[in-house]
Amino acid sequence: MLSSFVTIYARRLFVDRAAKRVLELVVVCSGLILLIIAGTLYFRSLPVHGQAHWGSLLMSREWHPSRGQFGFLPFIAGTLWVTGVAMVLAVPVCLLMAIYLVEYAPRFLREGINPLIDILAGIPSVVYGMWGVLVIVPFVKNYLAPWFGVSSSGYSIIAGGMVLAVMVVPGIIHITMEVLKSVPQELRDASLALGATKWQTIKNVVTRRAMPGMVAAIVLGLSRAFGETIAVLMVVGNVARVPGSIFDPAYPLPALIANNYGEMLSIPMYDAALLFAALILLLVVLYFNVVSRLILSGTKWSSYYYG
Amino acid sequence: MTGIPPHISVRDLNVFYGKDHALKDISVDIPNKKITAIIGPSGCGKTTLLKSFNRLLERADNVKVTGQVLVDGEDIYDPKMEITHIRKKMGLLSQKPYPLPMSIYDNIAYGPRIHGEQNKKKLDKIVEHFLKTASLWEEVKDKLHGPAARLSVGQQQRLCLARGLAVGPEIILGDEPTSALDPKSSQHIEKRFIELKERYTIIVVTHILRQAKRLADYVLFLYMGRLIEHGPAQAIFENPQQEMTKEYIFGVIS
Amino acid sequence: MDKRYIEENIFKFLMAVSGLLIISVLLLILGTIAYKGLPYLSWEMVTQPPQNGYYLGKGGGILNAILGSLYLTGGATVLALLISLPVTLYLNVYAKKDSVSVYVTRFVFDVLWGIPSIVYGAFGFTLMLFWGMQASLFAGIITVTFLILPIMTRSMDEIIRMVPGPLLDASYGLGATRWETAWKVVVRQALPGISTAVLMAFGRGIGDAASLIFTAGFTDALPSSLGRPAATLPLAIFFQFSSPVPQVQGRAYAAALILTLIILGVSFASRFLTKRFTRHIVR
Repeated sequence: MLSSFVTIYARRLFVDRAAKRVLELVVVCSGLILLIIAGTLYFRSLPVHGQAHWGSLLMSREWHPSRGQFGFLPFIAGTLWVTGVAMVLAVPVCLLMAIYLVEYAPRFLREGINPLIDILAGIPSVVYGMWGVLVIVPFVKNYLAPWFGVSSSGYSIIAGGMVLAVMVVPGIIHITMEVLKSVPQELRDASLALGATKWQTIKNVVTRRAMPGMVAAIVLGLSRAFGETIAVLMVVGNVARVPGSIFDPAYPLPALIANNYGEMLSIPMYDAALLFAALILLLVVLYFNVVSRLILSGTKWSSYYYG
Repeated sequence: MTGIPPHISVRDLNVFYGKDHALKDISVDIPNKKITAIIGPSGCGKTTLLKSFNRLLERADNVKVTGQVLVDGEDIYDPKMEITHIRKKMGLLSQKPYPLPMSIYDNIAYGPRIHGEQNKKKLDKIVEHFLKTASLWEEVKDKLHGPAARLSVGQQQRLCLARGLAVGPEIILGDEPTSALDPKSSQHIEKRFIELKERYTIIVVTHILRQAKRLADYVLFLYMGRLIEHGPAQAIFENPQQEMTKEYIFGVIS
Repeated sequence: MDKRYIEENIFKFLMAVSGLLIISVLLLILGTIAYKGLPYLSWEMVTQPPQNGYYLGKGGGILNAILGSLYLTGGATVLALLISLPVTLYLNVYAKKDSVSVYVTRFVFDVLWGIPSIVYGAFGFTLMLFWGMQASLFAGIITVTFLILPIMTRSMDEIIRMVPGPLLDASYGLGATRWETAWKVVVRQALPGISTAVLMAFGRGIGDAASLIFTAGFTDALPSSLGRPAATLPLAIFFQFSSPVPQVQGRAYAAALILTLIILGVSFASRFLTKRFTRHIVR
């Protein structure tokens, strides 16, 4: 009896320790994925950024792969334009909607809208792109551009920005709502008890308290918008020129990779240049993540993103 | 105390949470087969002391423990000590009952199973026996395979008691085990404790003085992390030696 | 009226406009897909692979892409689960809370979550070249695993973090080891959340196109082996949509409708499962 107890006991402890080792190994390996991806992209793109100065690569307009000239400015400018337009459109709408849902909306409305936002988050990007081509591009071509007195094919920065704006909405709303909900009720009560109106309370107390979280939500939305590929690629025109206005076509970095990688490998250094583009995207995302993490400093909200 | 060495004796125990010195130089022997109550105002370290007895403290962050807790003569803070072994000797009742996420039957059988009991008939017997000990059998015998989470809070706490007893402990630790319960259920638990003290050493943290008076044979009074006074219940309640104990027992500090 | 209320009313109006805008955009998107897709949706679409002359408007369907997507995402989800469950159990049961390794691991997975899928696609393709592989179902599975691993891990982590500490204490108090506690108590308690995380990752994986352009390839044949290219729904939509033939374009709409329905179905399934699994859950 005693000996059987001892063997069972020894086996249980062995299983526990073995499990610990295995889990540790999995954690370490999965943590290395980031290093491996970054390292792979860095070293495989070395032919491009090894000789040239990073600044000149990023700031040059000359993109002639067959002549070995790789200037990324048109693509970086395209990415910044599209992302910027998307954020300008999405952020006010998202903040207003989130504030309404948390502060004003009756319970049934808040709970009824949540699944709708989930649906919006679930629609695949190729479907967003299709919708953009079917609805947004003609809208820009036939109504928006003429209204501003310019002519446009419709495949433009503004079209990309509008599609992208819809795509980042669910993420920003979700995280902003979490942030607002975490503002303690006592804080609102304290302000109301001083005779402030509901709106004054929201404006001066709630949003002030929630500001870091809301900024982080926007930064994370920005980082999502930065890397969106297929939907933007389908509506943005893909012309490798530095754009002059929002009705011009543009060529964002992700679209550059998606359109060319895997096919044009016969041109020397082309694949290195495209992996360099991927490396830029990775670094930007890393930067945004660090920034938002510093803002939130360890609170739980960041993971609510992309839901 | 008589010739039998105490189950638990504490020697110069200090506990730090980061810089916070939660328990200071505690030394005490807990008498066997009696109910010992740990009393004191909230935040005085009662629960910390209780959890130090089966090393549940170490789940928290940057906890540092110095000194010794001897259980059956073995120092449980000895790095060589395997803790599951110690914990099996003690049943734990927490403030709020936490049934495991499984059926009533599986809750009781969980402990015996992990300790190697596979025989279905024996398990059936164990489950029935300990549910009866916790006087829960009559209420649940028809829904043994229903979820434990659906029981009332009072029933859940008795289930937790039965679950703790089923691993065959010698000691029962209760961390304000009645604080989440209604008066009727509390009475139920207190009655069980009085029945059980013939066979088990019971240690209960409580902030309810009347409960301590009803239950305890032996009392430890803690204040600000120090063990101010300890002794047989009657002596402490009727004739406390320390000024602080007097003030607490007669309601000046709380 | 008090000036304070004028401002409040202006903002309330703006909020209502924002809300209506978002809801109507959603309805517009769903409406567009349904309006364009429904006329082309047929039994043939979902039960047959493309026939000869399919891309000129002749008969056939997109069964190749439907099966390809399900196999590919299914495989990736299983692989990702095999990694993310151990990681979350380690973070929440074995590791000391708030230790540096826990912080770093969570941070790494947050960054991985943020990496655009096109970068995973490019990385996956580089790996393929390195191993001398072709675009194939296998390469697609590996790439999508990278893509959904952080999503699954971080959402599972958030769920398992919510398992109450005293529940762990209750199990430890009975003499259970950490492994027994993790496997028999934590996993059971978090089962609804785990299944939600898994389905969420599946939904994200099946809708992604950018990671698959170079890695999974495309074929009209039904998926038959891990080493062969496999068609996927997002790419089927993407390729057919750019066709000049109206019939083929129409099928892209129908395929988009099918893909959206699959994803919505998965999302509803996760809600339903969450309700079913809560029987034993302790609150």
